[in-house]
Amino acid sequence: MALLEIKNLTKSFRGLTAVNNVSFEVHEGEIVSLIGPNGAGKTTIFNCINQFFPISGGDIIFRGKSLKGMKTHKICRLGIGRTFQVVKPLKRMTVLDNVTASSFCRINSIQDARRKALEILEFCHLLDEKDKLARSLPIGGRKRLEIARALATDPKLLLLDETAAGLNPSELDEAIDLIRRIRETGISILVVEHIMKVVMTISDRIHAINFGQTIAEGAPEEVANNKAVIEAYLGEKHA
Amino acid sequence: MDVFIQTIVSGILIGGIYSMIGIGMTLIMGVMGIINLAHGQLMMVAMYITFVMAHFFHVDPYLSLLVAMPALFLLGAFIQKTLLNPLIKVESILPENQVLMTVGIGMVLTEIARFIFSSDYKTVKTSYSSSAIFIGKISFNVPMCIAFGFALFFTALLFWFLLKTDLGRSIRATAQDSEAATLMGINSSRITVITFGIGSALVAAAGVLLMPIFYLFPDIGGAFTLKAFVITILGGLGSTVGAIVGGIVLGVAESLGATYIGMGYKEMVGFVIFVLVLIFLPGGLKRLTKI
Amino acid sequence: MQKKTIFWGVLAVVALAFPLVIRSPYYQHLVIISLMWVIIGSSWNLLAGYTGQVSFGHAIFFGVGAYTAGLFPIHLGLSAWWGMLTGGIVSMLVALFVGWVCFRLRGPYFALATLAGGEIVRLIATNWESLTEGMVGILIIQTFKSKLPYYYIVLVLAVACILVIERIMKSKWGYYFVSIREDQDAAESMGINTTLYKNISLLVSAFFTGMAGAFYMNYMAFIDPEVVFSLHFISIMAILVGIVGGVATIWGPAVGAFIMVGLQETFRSSFFGLAPKWISQAHALAFGLLVIFVIMYLPNGIVGDWATIKRLVFRTRRTAG
Ligand SMILES: Nc1ncnc2c1ncn2[C@@H]1O[C@H](COP(=O)(O)OP(=O)(O)OP(=O)(O)O)[C@@H](O)[C@H]1O
Ligand SMILES: [Mg+2]
Repeated sequence: MALLEIKNLTKSFRGLTAVNNVSFEVHEGEIVSLIGPNGAGKTTIFNCINQFFPISGGDIIFRGKSLKGMKTHKICRLGIGRTFQVVKPLKRMTVLDNVTASSFCRINSIQDARRKALEILEFCHLLDEKDKLARSLPIGGRKRLEIARALATDPKLLLLDETAAGLNPSELDEAIDLIRRIRETGISILVVEHIMKVVMTISDRIHAINFGQTIAEGAPEEVANNKAVIEAYLGEKHA
Repeated sequence: MDVFIQTIVSGILIGGIYSMIGIGMTLIMGVMGIINLAHGQLMMVAMYITFVMAHFFHVDPYLSLLVAMPALFLLGAFIQKTLLNPLIKVESILPENQVLMTVGIGMVLTEIARFIFSSDYKTVKTSYSSSAIFIGKISFNVPMCIAFGFALFFTALLFWFLLKTDLGRSIRATAQDSEAATLMGINSSRITVITFGIGSALVAAAGVLLMPIFYLFPDIGGAFTLKAFVITILGGLGSTVGAIVGGIVLGVAESLGATYIGMGYKEMVGFVIFVLVLIFLPGGLKRLTKI
Repeated sequence: MQKKTIFWGVLAVVALAFPLVIRSPYYQHLVIISLMWVIIGSSWNLLAGYTGQVSFGHAIFFGVGAYTAGLFPIHLGLSAWWGMLTGGIVSMLVALFVGWVCFRLRGPYFALATLAGGEIVRLIATNWESLTEGMVGILIIQTFKSKLPYYYIVLVLAVACILVIERIMKSKWGYYFVSIREDQDAAESMGINTTLYKNISLLVSAFFTGMAGAFYMNYMAFIDPEVVFSLHFISIMAILVGIVGGVATIWGPAVGAFIMVGLQETFRSSFFGLAPKWISQAHALAFGLLVIFVIMYLPNGIVGDWATIKRLVFRTRRTAG
């Protein structure tokens, strides 16, 4: 059985259909990439999965349960963690406190929550930054903080929204390494990413969309060579 | 039946003036994203201007519009420029400091008025203050009708300004998306200053028009600030058309409340509507009309 | 560590010995009122400073607490002291409804909804004469002639309030509150039930504010709607106490309370009789000017901006010397 099942998902904003009848699955232990040009509807799919807004049609099933109409925080408790493309650090809290707050998702005592937060910070190579205020982190650090905070909720499935955007080459390699290490801990990952290097190296499967509709799906090489995908990206460049 | 119709008529007439108060606040709300809690106090200042003009210089209240509106435009622009705009740069944990600032401004205006004029009730008596026209058994209070007419005129003028002039378009663009407007080269801090001025001038007009009907005392501002705020929420935040409807609804509801429930509860009607809107119609009347 | 213990020890001794040393009822009164504001300011700060839900309507909870206490003697023939705990609890019940309505709104709209709530409750208290005696107000007979008992009661309440808030802020709740303040969407996605925790913060805040209101009834022996539901002198004062002292700090509101009550009294008494009499008439004006000044120049309060203040003072000293 699939871990996450997106079934005919549709989302429209006042006439604009941002996601149109999209279906795909994420299986246990998999890294699936969701790609598409700017404005294709990728972030909107994430926002539908954790119900930031109500979906217009279709369904989202996580471990056999429909997420439709569920509260965002409940979905997190069910085991879906996410990061934000436009990062949302808790600015006036320290890095450690950011992650500690998130650890309270499964833990009640402050000592345990802090201990867990420290472990995760180490895992994400943020330990040296732990006493800094989140707002003082550079973009690379903020992206890792997003991941650390999501990990602290003990997700079964992690949704990463462009966590590699804006990173320099060495940070990029580190990010790829981090995503791989996360997978090794048994967490499945759905990645939204523009940087093809990242997508091609980490994905087991790729799902490509454009204008809210699926245009290709399959193994990385297949999708990368797919005509519709190339056109979607080239078309974007020409525009 | 006559009582009922009479109640509705008075409600609509006063509602026209409420609309004008509400539009000023809505405009400020739309552009700055803050609710101006000194709005009624600005109106109070305009009313004292009218009072001084009438009492010391024997100027007809309606002529005072020519003084009160420009004066309040300047006062509003001054407040925005020197007190509200600088706050954007002040970093604070509470994001509501602009709103709180307007509360402080409102208090200062009220207390200055009390200092100068004391807390006594003031009125401006005119020959037509209590005259009325009758259509059937329904009376139309003359100053109310004049005020209603002026309210329509100023509202139309405002719409023309917003829709047809460059400055008006810039204001609307800023209200819709201030970042995009800034990118388009609109000087947003200038726009906020002008908008606050216009909003203040509108509420000044409302104050002047109310002067022949109402009595005046320093604390009257607070009551009207709350009305304006209820209208703004009722109309849907930032919607000018919503504010007009909201003003009329509030006027009629208050009028009905005063007639059928009792004068003491008149003030409360607005708040009850306000709470009901929050619970059952978040987003206000805008939700229904989609304007 | 040693220094800290000594500091708190001295503070405790001063607090306990104060009314025994300073026998003037006037100064005792000022400190009692300040301590009451410590409670209100700290409670407001829990909701506004830490949780980011700025209330413009704390008079609701203060007034409800005060009236709960006042209704015991006039309707039940019981002592108004029964209102102490019940006042807090009734305030919480009211807060439950306030939260249900107002937490539909975010940011400034929440603030304004609470403001409207305050006005509604004031109008109800004014008009529902059979319950509240309306504008006439409620007058009771003070239990104690001396101010000493009142002083120690309010001291215990204030200390309890600060300690409870401090404990909360070091627990899961505290982390959740601040997360909600910093980013509500992020908080939700971290598994925080933001509605629930905002309500918890509100309830705790309302409980202590209600207790303060009940204390006020007992201490002043007179209340009317204009006093205890006042927008300016309760709701806005609560905000000022928080801001002047420092929002989102444990001790800020306590510092703010003493400063605000002190300032208010200074103006009310025309600088203790030193300035011309008309100054006392300007005390509301001064209050308004203070709001403007504080927001402009001390947005994080004396405790919150302490580092800046120290730096400024230090620097001016150095240039001077
Ligand atoms: N809350 C919203 N209200 C209205 N329209 C929205 C909203 N969120 C997204 N959209 C629209 O939906 C479409 C898809 O946006 P989305 O953010 O999902 O794209 P994306 O694939 O994540 O793009 P990018 O690669 O730039 O991040 C866009 O046209 C966008 O304008
Ligand atoms: Mg996106």
